[in-house]
Amino acid sequence: MEHFDFGVNLAFWLTILSTLLCVYYGVVNWNKDGEDHVDAKAKKWAKVEDKIDEDL
Amino acid sequence: MGAFENIVIILYLALVGYLGYLGYKQTKSTEDYLIAGRDTHPFIMALSYGATFISTAAIVGFGGVAAWLGQSLLWLTFFNIFVGIFVAFVFLGNPTRKMGYRLNAHTFPEFLGKRFDSKFIQIFGAVIILLFMPLYATAVLIGGTHFISLYFQVDYSVALFVFSIIITAYVIAGGLKGVMLTDALQGTIMFIAMAILLVFTFDSLGGIDQAYTKLEMVWQQTVAPLAEVGMKELKPGSADFMMKLSTLWGFNGWSNMPVFMSNGWLFVITTITLGVGIGVLAQPQLVVRFMTVKSKQELNRAVLIGGIFIISMTGFIFIVGALTNAWYFEFNNGQNALQSAGSIGKVIPHFINEAMPKWFSFIFLFALISAAMSTLSSQFHTMGTAVGRDLIEQFSSKDINSTMITRLGIIIMISFAVLLAYAFDQQPAIIARSTAIFFALCAAIFLPSFIAGLFWKRMTTQGAIASMFVGLLVSSFWLLFVHFKEAKALGICKAIFGTNSLLSGKIIFVDALIIALPLSIATAIIVSLLTKPMDKKHLEKCFSK
Repeated sequence: MEHFDFGVNLAFWLTILSTLLCVYYGVVNWNKDGEDHVDAKAKKWAKVEDKIDEDL
Repeated sequence: MGAFENIVIILYLALVGYLGYLGYKQTKSTEDYLIAGRDTHPFIMALSYGATFISTAAIVGFGGVAAWLGQSLLWLTFFNIFVGIFVAFVFLGNPTRKMGYRLNAHTFPEFLGKRFDSKFIQIFGAVIILLFMPLYATAVLIGGTHFISLYFQVDYSVALFVFSIIITAYVIAGGLKGVMLTDALQGTIMFIAMAILLVFTFDSLGGIDQAYTKLEMVWQQTVAPLAEVGMKELKPGSADFMMKLSTLWGFNGWSNMPVFMSNGWLFVITTITLGVGIGVLAQPQLVVRFMTVKSKQELNRAVLIGGIFIISMTGFIFIVGALTNAWYFEFNNGQNALQSAGSIGKVIPHFINEAMPKWFSFIFLFALISAAMSTLSSQFHTMGTAVGRDLIEQFSSKDINSTMITRLGIIIMISFAVLLAYAFDQQPAIIARSTAIFFALCAAIFLPSFIAGLFWKRMTTQGAIASMFVGLLVSSFWLLFVHFKEAKALGICKAIFGTNSLLSGKIIFVDALIIALPLSIATAIIVSLLTKPMDKKHLEKCFSK
């Protein structure tokens, strides 16, 4: 932006770049990390619980 | 009011009511009520986070400040996006979510308390929230009520009653699910309104290039001549007084940074940019949102939505706020924004009424009410959980129903905030400055323990407690006795020592966070290293893969 001085220009472009970084990160990782070890652990625990319930 | 306004009001209330009901129907357990069942959609999570963060004050207050001080405020937008969204979601979000799940934490004080195996920390966190968040909530409540009262021409008390009843209904019924669903609706309205506002503003000024050319010319025509005028010749608080003050602080144009290390530079960088930009990381009502999603994938997706949302809020309003000067100059007899609107807080509402089509003024009003409601509902929920989950449950030996006790807490805290808003509709200083006070306190008290709690196993309970106390004491001292805004507004320093600040010079422009946070961090490190490490088994539970 030619109308801004260096400091405001820097803030302006850092704002644009950080927004683009958020968009890029979101797009690239959109389908990643869907089920992590915490979920897996919870599912495993639920499975064991179901088995105990069944046995009982 | 015409048919259009009536239809919009009915539609809005119906949608809020429906989403509150949806939250109620989906709430079947304590976990649902307190942390939305840990299965929130990323779109809802991101918009809820953003809409909670952005209150009416951020749009109207900071928009007015941009009309006064210009676009150096874009540094705050950069921090809002990079720190408040990217760093928060990418680096803090997932560790918080996982640790919260492992420790079965449902609130931010409970998270800290369980991480450091200390009931005291949980209770201390809740007390801090209950001491300071009601003032912050009251400020937002008063702001929202004034807009309703002014636009609909109803008495302030009636507007306050109706406004608080609507929020109470869906927060109590729907819990965090209801809060987050309505936040998402309100965030969407805010996004649309801000996008239209930006386009209309540039369009009315003949495009981007013309708008900024005019803005430079307006400074030269309306502010530069004040160099010849002495401060004593100007009426304190008047438009010219404020603009002259800004030049004395080192500002020299709405598109320029103030002079490096000048009073204005310290104010923009330390108080506005770092105070709010970093303070957001330790806001209890925001941190708890990381615990509402089931996997990292939701956080990944929320980064994209959150980044776009925040730039359209603070980014757009800072640009529009500064450009109002060019619009007023062109369409209001050669005056700048402050000269036309009268004061900083009136610039944005005045500009919307004068410069925008009538139908848009009404939509924008809804955006402002939405901004207030989304922030308030989250504050009430957080305060309710602090009363119920973090205080009453900790002191009770009986096994009590968390949901019921939290509902009771919410009713108590809403009643308290409404009483404050009723008694202080003209916003005494402590309420007017409460947002800044709350941000500074939260960062200084909670941030070191929160971050170290996530990443540093050597941090001890004693280290966390000492750091919180140092954060509280130093930030309170700075706010009460040093900082040029809060110390003067609160008046305690003047009452005791006969002066607005115990210090003088540039240092009084430095925000409390800049002083208190490093001391709080240093205390956390030193005390932790001097005390016995935490139990290995407990750490395994906190950090297990």
